[in-house]
Amino acid sequence: MSALSGVGQRLRWEQKMYWRNPAAAAFTFAFPLMFLVIFTAINGNGHVTIAGGKVRFAQYYVPAIIAFGLISACYTNLAFSLSVNREDGVLKRLRGTPLSPVTYLSGLVANVIVISLILTALTTALGLIFYRVTFPGRYLGLVVAIAAGAFCFSALGVAVSTFIPNEDAAPAIVNFILFPVLFISGTFGTIKSSSGIAKVASVFPVRHLIELLVAVFNPKISGGTGISWADVGMLLLWGAIGIVVSLHRFRWEPRRP
Amino acid sequence: MIAIDVQGLHKSFGGVEAVRGLDFHVEEGEVVAVLGPNGAGKTTTVEILEGYLERDSGHVSVLGVDPAKGGDDFRQRIGIVLQECGITAYLKVGEVLTMHAGFYRRPRRVDEVIALVGLEEKAGSRIKSLSGGQRRRLDLALGLIGDPELLFLDEPTTGFDPTARRQAWEVVRNLGRLGKTILLTTHYMDEAQALADRVMVVTAGRIVAEGPPDSIGGRAHADAQIRFLLPAGVSITDLPLTASPEAAGMVLVSTAEPTGALHHLTGWALDAGHKLDLLTVTKPSLEDIYIALTATTDDEREKV
Repeated sequence: MSALSGVGQRLRWEQKMYWRNPAAAAFTFAFPLMFLVIFTAINGNGHVTIAGGKVRFAQYYVPAIIAFGLISACYTNLAFSLSVNREDGVLKRLRGTPLSPVTYLSGLVANVIVISLILTALTTALGLIFYRVTFPGRYLGLVVAIAAGAFCFSALGVAVSTFIPNEDAAPAIVNFILFPVLFISGTFGTIKSSSGIAKVASVFPVRHLIELLVAVFNPKISGGTGISWADVGMLLLWGAIGIVVSLHRFRWEPRRP
Repeated sequence: MIAIDVQGLHKSFGGVEAVRGLDFHVEEGEVVAVLGPNGAGKTTTVEILEGYLERDSGHVSVLGVDPAKGGDDFRQRIGIVLQECGITAYLKVGEVLTMHAGFYRRPRRVDEVIALVGLEEKAGSRIKSLSGGQRRRLDLALGLIGDPELLFLDEPTTGFDPTARRQAWEVVRNLGRLGKTILLTTHYMDEAQALADRVMVVTAGRIVAEGPPDSIGGRAHADAQIRFLLPAGVSITDLPLTASPEAAGMVLVSTAEPTGALHHLTGWALDAGHKLDLLTVTKPSLEDIYIALTATTDDEREKV
């Protein structure tokens, strides 16, 4: 079994299991799409200022929701499923088989990337069809932003799973970390980059992913990839921190009572 | 060939010694039961052999490999049935087995393994719908799917109803006949008796007795035990043999010469016109031996 076909096999099983858990799947998909509908309904006719000038709210909000969807798919999913599987003993059982840890984790990450891509496509399609959002064809930029975001938030999801002591604590810990950062990062409305909040937010990765995606979708600037490499760098840095923490703390077994 | 070799094994958790110097080995093709009360160090020992836990000191070799450094090649050759361990949710019985079969170079056929553990009717059912006993049989199936040379069974039938236990025993016996090496832990005496070629009794992290189930702890040479209901109006001192009282009016005569003792006793009863209700002659059960063995070490421990 070559390494790649091993990961492919894992991906197929992970996908099968994922779609058989409708509650979790619905949560990942419903949340971002619901926010998209509600917030564009509230702010539909408003305009926001981004680099290059004023755009309609949805032009900002669709890429922001793509970022939110990617974070739900990668960070939230991995932190949840890894901690639950660890506490249930699923990880311990797998550790006793010849399945290599690298193959297993690659399969998990491949799975959340597939989910992110589906969510991105859905959100973009809704934006283009219902909210008259423009996509200026920066496919390379989109791929770079999604790849850097998936790397960063997958690594952070694995890292955060190692801090979750039991299944019951998982939602609280995962969301308590995530939601404040989402709010200050402008997920649900623009935040002026000169403001204090924006300065705090720019320490964390969420704002950088949103800025990358907003720039990729920005119709007011012409050409290029739209990518700011400083934003990409911050995502890679946080991803690296996530990996270091994960390598240091990851366990296959539930806590011993 | 020696499948498992353990010398001077020690393991502590936060200053508490769980395993205090174990020495034993298991031959290839042997079925060995580790018997002991909860907290005796059984699971710790097995998890060291499986490669889950690192030992503090001592020599451990499993299939010629140090399990702490075994890696994926080592895990190709062993099968593990853990105590209470989750199964990937949202899959069906056949699917979980197919998925696990994919981890191994030379797995057994899924339908064959399903038949072996008697889960044919449940092959297409979700894991969630299985009863406790069926779950445990699936655990066993997952331990077997890689066609291991060596199988670890940690309390394989805990929580089974009597029928399910008999079925599981039959599966394990068949594996033994196929020449698989099996190390099982249990706290059921009858399970050890039914399955094992050899029994090790472990208490407080040490082996206190070891041998075939029929002769362990001097069982083969132990005194026979004659029990009967003390006849009405007879005092225990009136009996022609030294006897000790037991519960519910029963008395016990222990003797190395049961033939003579019985002759003496029944002769006396016939002459005196007494019936000897509920008369039995038995060897001490494995349970008696086990309780005697584990009780002694408890006393010793208290003296320390």
